[in-house]
Amino acid sequence: MSLGALLHIALRALAINKLRSALTMLGIVIGVGAVIVMIAVGAGAQARVEEQIRALGSNLLLIMSGARTQGGVRLPQGSSQTLSEDDALAINQEIPDALAAPALRGGAQVVSGNANWSTQIYGTTPEYLQVREWPLAAGRNFSAAEMSGAGKVCLLGATVVRELFGGADPLDEVIRIKRVPFTVIGVLETKGQSLMGSDQDDIIVVPISAARSRVLGAPAQARSRAVSTIWVKVADGTDTKEAEAQVRALLRQRHRLQPGVDDDFSLRNLAEVMAAREASSRVLALLLAAVASVSLLVGGIGIMNIMLVSVTERTREIGLRMALGARTRDILGQFLVEAVTLSLIGGLVGVALGIAGATAIAGFAGWRIVLSPAAIGLAVAFAFAIGVFFGFYPARKAARLNPVDALRYE
Amino acid sequence: MLIRTRELAKVYRMGESEVHALAGVSVDIDSGEFVAVTGPSGSGKSTFMNLLGCLDRPSSGEYRLGGKAVSSMDGDQLARTRNRQIGFVFQHFNLLGRTSAVENVALPLVYAGVQKRERTEKAMRVLERVGLADRAQHHPAQLSGGQQQRVAIARALVSEPLLILADEPTGALDTRTSQDIMALFQELNRQGMTVVVVTHESEVARFARRVLHFRDGRTE
Repeated sequence: MSLGALLHIALRALAINKLRSALTMLGIVIGVGAVIVMIAVGAGAQARVEEQIRALGSNLLLIMSGARTQGGVRLPQGSSQTLSEDDALAINQEIPDALAAPALRGGAQVVSGNANWSTQIYGTTPEYLQVREWPLAAGRNFSAAEMSGAGKVCLLGATVVRELFGGADPLDEVIRIKRVPFTVIGVLETKGQSLMGSDQDDIIVVPISAARSRVLGAPAQARSRAVSTIWVKVADGTDTKEAEAQVRALLRQRHRLQPGVDDDFSLRNLAEVMAAREASSRVLALLLAAVASVSLLVGGIGIMNIMLVSVTERTREIGLRMALGARTRDILGQFLVEAVTLSLIGGLVGVALGIAGATAIAGFAGWRIVLSPAAIGLAVAFAFAIGVFFGFYPARKAARLNPVDALRYE
Repeated sequence: MLIRTRELAKVYRMGESEVHALAGVSVDIDSGEFVAVTGPSGSGKSTFMNLLGCLDRPSSGEYRLGGKAVSSMDGDQLARTRNRQIGFVFQHFNLLGRTSAVENVALPLVYAGVQKRERTEKAMRVLERVGLADRAQHHPAQLSGGQQQRVAIARALVSEPLLILADEPTGALDTRTSQDIMALFQELNRQGMTVVVVTHESEVARFARRVLHFRDGRTE
């Protein structure tokens, strides 16, 4: 008997009990829909994390000044200025696979013409852009002369450009940072949100010497070389763990820390932080997958249940078909195709609802979603497999009926 | 000889005891005969009918249909024999609900692997033969009992079988319709079809040219 003929019989049988067929499909619909949504949202979250890693810069180490204890009270991290520009220089000289950029940071009010804006001032070296993998959209980086002479030049983040200049070209314009005039020599590319959700483009980068002497530094600190942060980029293809250990050893040596004494700085491997975050999102996806597979399992049992009812109800029909010449495999095929049709239609409806649901989530919650054809194909294939698996037992039960008993069945 | 049985027996096991539903029946039926199988309930006539129809296998004895030994056939061969060589007519018509008369008639051809267009053509031709061509698109629920049984007879004829086996074909019909149905069997027999009718009504048996009377699993 041809598949087309079997499909015709199956569709007709399912059409007779439309409500029952629809309710039976519901389990598969929900299961497949949940799988589609779960994969779309999970893949979206992953893509977002990957993007954030890219935005942060890969293979990044962040060194911060350690905490100071004052009268038995531990002050916050960075309260003790244990790091200096010379530490960054030493890293650049001693560790060939690492590139370090020291940074001083503070808030300031900036003014350009009638516009003013409160933003973050970042005092650093030209290496900073390389370390953060942050290209310039326009203009140029700091020159050596500007670095040594505390040049009054600055690079603007995209948000600052928008707030101060609107659509106009900021290059060569003069802005005032804490009343000190600075010339805009470059504009940074848009980087987007940081991992913590803050706007990374709301920033003005100035030479560290200028930041110290003209903007951020208290007079007492003006001559000091202390910095709050050192960013370190480890060259691609180098083991970040290895580089991390080298940097740590170098800093301990420079700070003259005896073995057994705690670090007076904190060293964080940002890629690892990110990897941990990614792992936790994967756990969430697995959890959702488990819920979805339970739903699919329940849906499959629902199909088996209804098929068993259907076989019992149609015992006489089965007997008649056998009397008219249906072979065992024709009856088996008939009920198997019916079960698979149920699960496959359920699966396709589930895919449609899942895509609609994921799109709705993307629209309302603003989450990123990624719909992959492979995942959709897998979900449909899974629905098909459920139909075969849970339809087989009822179909075999039908096919094994004795024609005489089946014909007599009341 | 179309049908030839020798010492055909069927034994059912009911727990500890054995029931000899059929205790050695030897019957010959020629092509073109019209035979009525009668007897009280429990006489073994239904068991005999199931064996003739290849719906069941005998416990012992021999059955040849059209020269072929049915006793040694496997399940698929039995199904094929039922499909090609036997036309069944049942007491309760056994038509598929919500399915048109012509599709009901064509059902055996589905299992014979005949293409749809040819199925419909053949089904229409036999529906004409039983006088129901104008009801081809009606569903069973829209037909009278007599009309439903005519559709069932058309279904039995559609694969051009060697014989028609009718199990109490008038059991669900009133007297007048019963007469019409039996007259139809008579007409088919006159055209050369072998007909075996199982019945417990002597008025129905009267249409046949030969009567096999069963009692306690044997023919008298």
